[in-house]
Amino acid sequence: MQAIAPLLSGLRPRAAHAIEAGGRGPERRRVLSTSGTIVQFDNVGLRYGTGAETLSDLSFSLRHGGFYFLTGPSGAGKTSLLKLLYLAQRPSRGLIKLFGEDIVTMPRKRLPGFRRRIGVVFQDFRLVTHLSAFDNVALPLRVGGVDEKDLQGPVSEMLAWVGLGHRASARPATLSGGEQQRVAIARAVIARPELLVADEPTGNVDPEMAKRLLHLFDSLNKLGTTVVVATHDLHLISSIGSFEMLRLDRGTLLDPTGALRHPPRRAEA
Amino acid sequence: MGAADRRLLPEGRLAGPMPWVIAIMMFLTVLAAAAGLGLGGAASSLGAGLGNRVTVQILEPNPDRREVEAARALDRLRALPEVESVRRLPPDEMAALLEPWLGAGGMEGDLPIPAMIDAQLIPGARADNLSPSVTAAAPSARIDDNGQWLAPLGRLISALKYLALGLVALMIGATAATVVLAARAALDTHRGTIEVLHLMGATDVQVARLFQRRIALDALFGGLVGFGAAALALVLIGQRIGALGSDLLGSANLPATSWLALALLPVLGVGLAMLVARGTILRALGRML
Repeated sequence: MQAIAPLLSGLRPRAAHAIEAGGRGPERRRVLSTSGTIVQFDNVGLRYGTGAETLSDLSFSLRHGGFYFLTGPSGAGKTSLLKLLYLAQRPSRGLIKLFGEDIVTMPRKRLPGFRRRIGVVFQDFRLVTHLSAFDNVALPLRVGGVDEKDLQGPVSEMLAWVGLGHRASARPATLSGGEQQRVAIARAVIARPELLVADEPTGNVDPEMAKRLLHLFDSLNKLGTTVVVATHDLHLISSIGSFEMLRLDRGTLLDPTGALRHPPRRAEA
Repeated sequence: MGAADRRLLPEGRLAGPMPWVIAIMMFLTVLAAAAGLGLGGAASSLGAGLGNRVTVQILEPNPDRREVEAARALDRLRALPEVESVRRLPPDEMAALLEPWLGAGGMEGDLPIPAMIDAQLIPGARADNLSPSVTAAAPSARIDDNGQWLAPLGRLISALKYLALGLVALMIGATAATVVLAARAALDTHRGTIEVLHLMGATDVQVARLFQRRIALDALFGGLVGFGAAALALVLIGQRIGALGSDLLGSANLPATSWLALALLPVLGVGLAMLVARGTILRALGRML
């Protein structure tokens, strides 16, 4: 398997030192966790319209460089929680701090700058249908103002890494569900975000590709990215050596591993 | 904005009705503006050519006394400070003027024909002020103020000119409304793409720029088609007017400066479309998170 780290560090090298400093397992966590909290929720509630609260009294924090799984039954509110994380939604109440700043009262014009620091894998992929796989993956870089000549190489490499180098010019409609999912993942990680949020990122791929994609997230995590993955797939969770888990049930957080505590307790692999 | 950025919105620029609606609007706008400019030219020409002139008729039936009075009236008019130039119409011009009514050789009989004196006044001079002086010198003189009988025609032309300009203003408003509707429709059509762009960190201005460009291209296409069609119509109408041989209608033909002003309309249309699209899209995006 081609190493993903050099590929990811090609664009934004500022966190490249982390992988050398970290290694795997608890040691790595120690190095990465020194930079503090990246996400903090205090008593957060979310209500759509006038209905009942979808999320209630969420209080937790995520460390910079942590790897988190978000689990829970269907309808527990996982996607809603992720929407709060990737700034698609503001909470109905409570405080959310992202990258150390209160994003609940933040002026709207400042949100794009924060969103560029977040990579998102949507459950429904949300690929732009009239763009090729290449252009979809290049989207965050173009939005960020990266020159065309600087993005050609990394985008092509990323597509090759997710096994879609030969489908770079294909439109999403001509890709299978699994291929679309890989394009969506490549798009989410191409700009090497500080926070990666993935909603059921391996739901449509075979187990081998799922492991490969999870390895991608893990590599990104080693480079300093905080990763939050919402999934039902317990087998997937077991394939990651070190992680913390957030469990949602009917809009509230349970605390099976101590992830809700301040500071959160590390899960045992 | 690079070619890759432009692809963020799907192609199919001329698929919608907006370019054609703008073409129709531009066609009507150019015609209305041309009418306004032509009428303005006609009004100016009328004012400069006839409005500031008086015709003095010496009605004395006795030819000898008529000649004496005509000579006195000419001398008196030349002496007046309000008069810029003065001349008596020679017999051949008089004959040409009267020929439609009297036929060829109509002036050769005993019919008393008044002597006619054409006087050009200085700008702002009033014909009323000439009357006492001229009638003192030539008692049978009658002064016709051309401006007086031209005034209703001038007012009509002026009203038509303002009506044409009003129509241009209405067309501009209607074009702007078309662009607003088109921009809103485009936003609805591409809402999914816009949401993705926003979540990737695109600013409102970045998103608006994509739509601005698309709408500007549509407006340019529509503007050029509309202008081309209107220009063709104006050239054909101009040829028909020329064939009439009418001085008044001929003066409504457009000079080069007017054509230049009309040619600016598609450019202004593109600018207007871009501004309106940008404002509409930024307002709509501002309501999204």
